[in-house]
Amino acid sequence: MIRGRVWKYGKNVDTDAIYPARYLVYFEPAEVAKHAMEDIDPDFLSKAKPGDILVAETNFGTGSAREQAAMTLKFAGIGAVLADSFNRCFYRNAINNALPVLSMRGISQQIDEGDDVEIDLEHGRIIDHTSGKEFQAAPMPELLQKILAANGAIAYYRAHPAKIAEPVKSAGAACVGESCRE
Amino acid sequence: MGMTIVEKILARNASLDRVIPGQIVEARVDVVMLHDIGTPGIQRPFRELGTGKIADHVRCVIVPDHYVPAPTVQAAENLKLTREWAQSMGVEYYYEPGRGGISHQIMIEQGHCLPGQIIVAPDSHATTYGACGALGTGLGVTDTAIALGTGQLWFQVPETVKVELTGELSPYVSAKDIALYLLREFGEDELIYKAIEIAGPATERLTFDDRACIANMALEMGVKTCLFIPDAETLSRLRQYRQNVPDPVRPDANAKYAHVAFIDVSLIPPMVAAPHSPSNGKQISEVVGTRIHQAFLGSCTNGRIEDLRVAARIIKGRSVHSGARMIVTPASQKTYKQAIAEGLIQIFLDAGALVTNPGCGVCIGGHLGLIAKDEVCISSSNRNFIGRMGSRQGQIYLASPAVVAASALAGEIADPRSIEEN
Repeated sequence: MIRGRVWKYGKNVDTDAIYPARYLVYFEPAEVAKHAMEDIDPDFLSKAKPGDILVAETNFGTGSAREQAAMTLKFAGIGAVLADSFNRCFYRNAINNALPVLSMRGISQQIDEGDDVEIDLEHGRIIDHTSGKEFQAAPMPELLQKILAANGAIAYYRAHPAKIAEPVKSAGAACVGESCRE
Repeated sequence: MGMTIVEKILARNASLDRVIPGQIVEARVDVVMLHDIGTPGIQRPFRELGTGKIADHVRCVIVPDHYVPAPTVQAAENLKLTREWAQSMGVEYYYEPGRGGISHQIMIEQGHCLPGQIIVAPDSHATTYGACGALGTGLGVTDTAIALGTGQLWFQVPETVKVELTGELSPYVSAKDIALYLLREFGEDELIYKAIEIAGPATERLTFDDRACIANMALEMGVKTCLFIPDAETLSRLRQYRQNVPDPVRPDANAKYAHVAFIDVSLIPPMVAAPHSPSNGKQISEVVGTRIHQAFLGSCTNGRIEDLRVAARIIKGRSVHSGARMIVTPASQKTYKQAIAEGLIQIFLDAGALVTNPGCGVCIGGHLGLIAKDEVCISSSNRNFIGRMGSRQGQIYLASPAVVAASALAGEIADPRSIEEN
C-alpha cells in the first residue's frame, strides 16, 4: 500500500533540482540517496519520511535523462510521486526503478501540503484522508504496472526473457488518458 | 489513415504494418550512444540483465564528453571504466578524448545516425539525431542497458505535432532564435511526450547545423523526438561516412497530426531565454543592457563550425569587454581543427577569449568555467536551470552565437544587429 504525508512542489521541477549534475558521477544507491531535492529543498531529506508522497504541478522531472533523479527519490524511500504531468524520460526512469508515479491533470490543486494521502495504482484511485476527498486518475497501462510489480524493468525483463512486452496490435488498446506518459 | 514520420519508424522497427498514437510497441533499436556518465551508469543494470554482450544488430558508439579531460579522480575513474568496458565489449566506435568531442556532435558528424533509425542514449539531447531523420530519444540507464543487451525496447507511439516554418530569417537571426521562439510559444510542457516534425519552405533554407540546433533544443519542450526530413546537404554529409544511406522517411500526405503550427520566421527577432527556464523567451530588446560576467559559446546546441563563424565575424578585430570573460568550446575535434584552419580560433584568442577542448564541462557546470554567486552568464547552450552552470545564485541567459558574441564585446546583453560588421 502507498500511503504517506504529502510534500508539495511547483511546476517544471527539473532534474537538476531533483539531483544536481555535480553528483552525476555517483551511482551507488547510498550516495545517490543523499542528494534528493538538494537544490530545490535543502531540508527535504531531514523532513521527509519513508513512504511520503510528492505532489507536483506540471512537467515534473523535466530536463536531463539522468536516472539518478528517479533513483534518488526511490532510494530515499519516497512512496510515490503524483503530478499534473511528468517529463517522459523521468516517467520511464521512475517505472523502471519501481518508483510509483501517477499523473492526473489538476491534482496539485486538490491536495495540500501535509495531507495524508493513499494511492491505489492498479485502479488509479487517490484518497486524501485529511480532506476526505477521492480522485480517479486513469489507471496505468498494464505493462507498466507489471514492471512496477516486478520491482523494476531489469527484474521484469529477467522474468520475461523472450520479450519485454507483447506488441499490442489492436488499435488504441494500450493507453488512455493522462496517466499514460511513456 | 496515413502515418507521420515517427509512426512509420516505430511501425517498421516493430515489424507492424501500422501503429497509432498511444499504442505500446516493442521496437528494434539500431544504435545506442554512451558517454562517460552513461557507461558507468549502465554497469549495474547491464550486469543484472545478464545478456553479457551487446545485441548483434546494435551499433554501439561510445564518446566520453561530460568530464573530459578528467577534472577529478572520480571522473578519471569513470573515464577509465568507460574505456575498459568499451574494449571488453569489442566496441568498434569508441572516441577517446582528443579524437572525438561532444557525443551528439560525433553522432551526427561521423555518420552514426541514418534516416529511419531508432537511436537511444542515456542523454536527453539525443533528439539531436532528428537532424538526420532518425528517431533519437533520451533514456535512463536501465532502458539503455535493456536496449543494448536485447536490441529492443518498448515505446509508446507519440502523437505528432507538425511545425510549418515559412518566411525568411532576418540578418543575425538564426536557428537558435527559432528554437527559443518555439519554446516560448509551446512552453516546457505543452509538447510533453509528443513528437514534432519540422517542415515547411523555410526548413529548406536551414543548414545541417541549423537543423541539429533545433532538434537539440526541441527537447526542452518535453518532446520525445524531433524529426526533419533529410535534405541533399544532410544526405551528402552522411554519405561521406556511410555507403548505404537509406531514403529519408517521409510522412504520408494524409498523416494525422495532433496539431499543425505555422510559424513565419521572418517575424522572429533575436531571442534570449531569461532565467531560469529555456521557455522564458524574451525579445532581445527586453533584456538588452543586462550586465554579464561570462559569455559561453559552445555545447551540443551551438558549438558547430557555423556557430563559430558567426561569432568570429562579430568579434574579429575587437576585444572581449574588460568586465567579462568569454569561453569558446568547439563541439568536436573536427570542428576545432576546421576553426583553426579558417582562422576563427586566432580571432577568438586575439579578442582575449578562452578556448577549451571539446566537451560538456561549461554547459553542465562540471568544469572549465563555472559561474559564481551573483554572476550572469550569456550562453549558447540549451539550459538555464538554477545552478546549471555553477552557483545556485548565478543567472543564465540563453541565446544564439551572434548574441553571445555581441554581448561578450559589450559586457552586457547586446543586440548583434547594433554592431557594425567588420
